[in-house]
Amino acid sequence: MRGRVDSAPGRVHCPERGGVGREGLASCGGTVIRFENVGLRYGTEAEVLRDISFTLQPGSFHFLTGASGAGKSSLLKLMYLAHRPSRGLVTLFGRDMALVTRRDLPELRRQIGVVFQDFALLDHLSALDNVALPLRMAGTPEADVVAHCSEILRWVGLGNHLHAKPSTLSGGQKQRVAIARSVINRPRLLLADEPTGNVDDGIGMRLLYLFEELYKLGTTVVIATHNEALIRRFDHPRLHLDNGRLMVLPARGRVEARAKDARANDPAWE
Amino acid sequence: MALRPVRPRSDLPLAIDPSSRFLGWISALMAFLAALALAGAMLVSDMAQRWDSGLAGGLTVQVAPMPGAPVASLDERAEAALTVLRSFPGIRTATLLGGGEIARLLEPWLGAGATDPLLPMPRLIDVVADGPVDVAALRLRLTSAAPGATLDDHAVWLADLRSFAGAIRLAALGVVVLIGAAAVMTVVFAVRTGLAIHRPVVELLHLMGATDRYVSRQFERHVVGLSLRGGGIGLLLAGGMLYGLHRASQGLRASLLPDLTLQPWQWVALLLVPVALAVLALVTARWTVLRTLESMP
Repeated sequence: MRGRVDSAPGRVHCPERGGVGREGLASCGGTVIRFENVGLRYGTEAEVLRDISFTLQPGSFHFLTGASGAGKSSLLKLMYLAHRPSRGLVTLFGRDMALVTRRDLPELRRQIGVVFQDFALLDHLSALDNVALPLRMAGTPEADVVAHCSEILRWVGLGNHLHAKPSTLSGGQKQRVAIARSVINRPRLLLADEPTGNVDDGIGMRLLYLFEELYKLGTTVVIATHNEALIRRFDHPRLHLDNGRLMVLPARGRVEARAKDARANDPAWE
Repeated sequence: MALRPVRPRSDLPLAIDPSSRFLGWISALMAFLAALALAGAMLVSDMAQRWDSGLAGGLTVQVAPMPGAPVASLDERAEAALTVLRSFPGIRTATLLGGGEIARLLEPWLGAGATDPLLPMPRLIDVVADGPVDVAALRLRLTSAAPGATLDDHAVWLADLRSFAGAIRLAALGVVVLIGAAAVMTVVFAVRTGLAIHRPVVELLHLMGATDRYVSRQFERHVVGLSLRGGGIGLLLAGGMLYGLHRASQGLRASLLPDLTLQPWQWVALLLVPVALAVLALVTARWTVLRTLESMP
């Protein structure tokens, strides 16, 4: 089973245990993310996220949708540990983030790949050096760093731009560098904020296929996007934010399957 | 003009910081001053040691001419003084200096005229002791046997010279310590400026899983590179100046100045100035970065 989300506060689906239970998390080591009644406010402003509750299982794929200002980026920031919640429980890879010390954060963050909306590339570094950052931080031997980074840059179509500085790349090329950087160390959790916003449909499709490959290899993927065409093309459940509140919408295929089942079981359809 | 960074690739673009423009040259200035202060301390130390070995256990007796006084001749009084000295306990040798030797001692002050036989020159007796000497008793016996004789105990002014040399040495080392303190403050300022300028990049590195030590190593490499290169330049300048002073002191005809020659081991000690500066910069940078990053999420 893949991609099960339970939006009911405090209820965690645990496939290994074959059930759902409030106490499930402690023994359900496979849960990647669990939010329970999470709120986030900046300073003394009103909460931008309210009562967010959901869990993500390993190897799930979700789109994160919502209107501008609905809180998508804030939710992603909570997930990639840029912010701490104002209230509620957040666990990541089974660890309660309220109990995680600052010293433990780097190890957790290395298991998360992030594609930032503004790319967040370092302008003074080449494309290859930007992509190499996570590997170098993890202490990967330099020969492997160069080989792996060259390979992934070639894969995203930037084989001729290994040593190009970001300032010489187009928006789409920068985005591909950012994506290559986010997946270079095979993260357990991949978070992307509008990853296809600056690329044409062909490249966008290819990048989504890359994310799908990682998802099939067991990476949990969350992609914030406005691109309805992609959402329709790749049939995955949605985390939908509306004015700071989260709704979980199942994959369209599953909805249609349920409708089909309903039709099949309803004598009125016959 | 900024000194170029030693390592071209760094995750933080520190090489283009304003701090890079002055840190290298301030390091050069500090190394220059520290090397001169250290060389001064070593030269004074050497000088004090030479005074010690040359004058310790020494006495000088001067028999002055007394024209018109009802006393024996100058030579007779000098002989009487020699007789007293040679029989006095604790005295190993007593040697009467010849006219030529006295003239040579006075030449720096009187010039070639010091050899003029018409000048009323005193007689000098160089005395070497090999044990404790009762200076007061000796002085009494000398004035009684040779009127006009005075006893100069080197130990008195040698002690003054020793304490003076010690004070100079202490002052020089104080200057070195002050330079070190200034270096620490400069590095703290430069690193804090760098952290403030590059805070977004540091936050990004943190989000990608960089540890505080990973970030601090970037700063350490940067400041160590600049300190080594700046320190090397400062040391070269100081070495050139010391060599120039040494050459200039050798050219003096009168030996009024102390010897300004550094021993090979002392040059090696000076070579350690940029290294010490770099180590100080490394420790300071690490401490500053780690303390500052503690306040970041």
